[in-house]
Amino acid sequence: MTDDARRAAELAARASYGRLLAYLARRSRDVAAAEDALGDSFVAALATWPRDGVPERPEAWLLAAARRRLLDAGRHAGVRARARPALEAVVDEAQGVASSVHGFPDERLALLFVCAHPAIDEGMRTPLMLQTVLGLDAARIAAAFLVPAATMGQRLVRVKTKIRDAGMRFEVPGPDELAPRLGSVLGAIYAAYGSGWDDVDGADTRRRGLAEEAIWLGRLVARLLADEPEALGLLALMLHCEARRAARRDAAGGYVPLSEQDVSCWARPIVDEAEGILRQASRAGRPGRFQLEAAVQSAHAMRAVSGRTDWEAIVLLYDALIRVAPTVGAEVARAAALAERGGAEPGLAALVAVPAAVVASYQPFWALRGHLLGRLRRVDEAAQAYARAIALGEDPAVRRFLEEKERVLRTG
Amino acid sequence: MKYTILIYETAGELGARTDQHRQPAYWGAYRAYTQALKAAGVMVGGSGLQPPSVATTVRQRDGKRQVQDGPYADTKEQLGGYYEIEVADLDTALDWAARCPAAATGAVEVRPNLVM
Repeated sequence: MTDDARRAAELAARASYGRLLAYLARRSRDVAAAEDALGDSFVAALATWPRDGVPERPEAWLLAAARRRLLDAGRHAGVRARARPALEAVVDEAQGVASSVHGFPDERLALLFVCAHPAIDEGMRTPLMLQTVLGLDAARIAAAFLVPAATMGQRLVRVKTKIRDAGMRFEVPGPDELAPRLGSVLGAIYAAYGSGWDDVDGADTRRRGLAEEAIWLGRLVARLLADEPEALGLLALMLHCEARRAARRDAAGGYVPLSEQDVSCWARPIVDEAEGILRQASRAGRPGRFQLEAAVQSAHAMRAVSGRTDWEAIVLLYDALIRVAPTVGAEVARAAALAERGGAEPGLAALVAVPAAVVASYQPFWALRGHLLGRLRRVDEAAQAYARAIALGEDPAVRRFLEEKERVLRTG
Repeated sequence: MKYTILIYETAGELGARTDQHRQPAYWGAYRAYTQALKAAGVMVGGSGLQPPSVATTVRQRDGKRQVQDGPYADTKEQLGGYYEIEVADLDTALDWAARCPAAATGAVEVRPNLVM
């Protein structure tokens, strides 16, 4: 079997697992018990499907294995006694559904909304999604978020206990509530993408990111909520960034900023897909944070066609973005765009207007400050800003890039 | 499921209870809220509490009783009362909690009751 086929079989196993977990958890309201019931059969699927192929009825396959586990008296310890009878009934019901001619119902959207529920600690929404919808284990998630595996495991247990004991509702919110709740779902998916962003070459094995998983979740939500332009906007945004992955490092592994990237290294088919999705989103006439961020990336992508960057358009997009979602990231990016449009001075003026308290440990602020002060030949201040940016940098390649800029500043 | 809505009020809100000018609005809002809970058939019970200035905290240590004037925790918002409601899920309980008058001024905590 080819690597692609193996990967497809693994994704099929994850898709079936997520559908089943959503189904069982929604009925039992007990995520942990549903995970216990499905765990072994999922491990078996991950081992056998890539070798033997995906079964014709994947959910029925997983449920049959789960049922054997539930009935295996010797191994009941893993599933809490209280939850077992209810869970057995739900598994039986699911088996009936899985062997019917209609496809297995997809209730993963309700599960995603539970994972990103406002009553759940914001920092745990992304890990919970990755574990329940994709079946990632705690160690893998912990590695991406730079916390010890045991700590992540405990936090996940705690949050699942809250879902069960607080009686959270497994439902897609109604129209009144949908927009803000969807914002949380999309934000959690984007956080998973961000975890993979700094490690493009995979050199840092402690920090294997989750970009691929995030795009998978983004595609899922965009498909399940095709009428929601922000869901499409997020997917377009992630794909635009993903298209440039290969261009972000030079042959020696050095960091290459966007403005210096070789556009021939951008993945054209991914850019085209992103553009198509963003166009589809814009037809709804309801702009939002993710569509605007994707539009900024779309404007950058135009450089591959026109050979230049329309900074005027990018400044306007950031103005609009800051109106709907004011974040320090958008403020700093807008200052950078202003500098490209009208020179270092207006850029710096916009940068110093960002409140000092929120930028104290925000690395891109200090890197941009160093860059703009350097352009104005305010060398000492620029060097101080670079020193701060270097100290805050987590990515070794970005640190090396900034160190080189600082060296050139002093000698140039 | 049964949930308890714990009402944490600011000193200002607690003061409104006895303030001649603010009193009618304060009690009117709680009367309306209680009525709404009853009309929806979700109210199980509850009570307003007298202010923290009349609270007494007791601890039993090494067989000895330690009695102290004042509430257990000296925080900016103080427990001013509670409702017990029975609804389908946390989301419904949160919807009710958000309508409680103190949600707009102090804070309202929602806890599922322990099933004994």
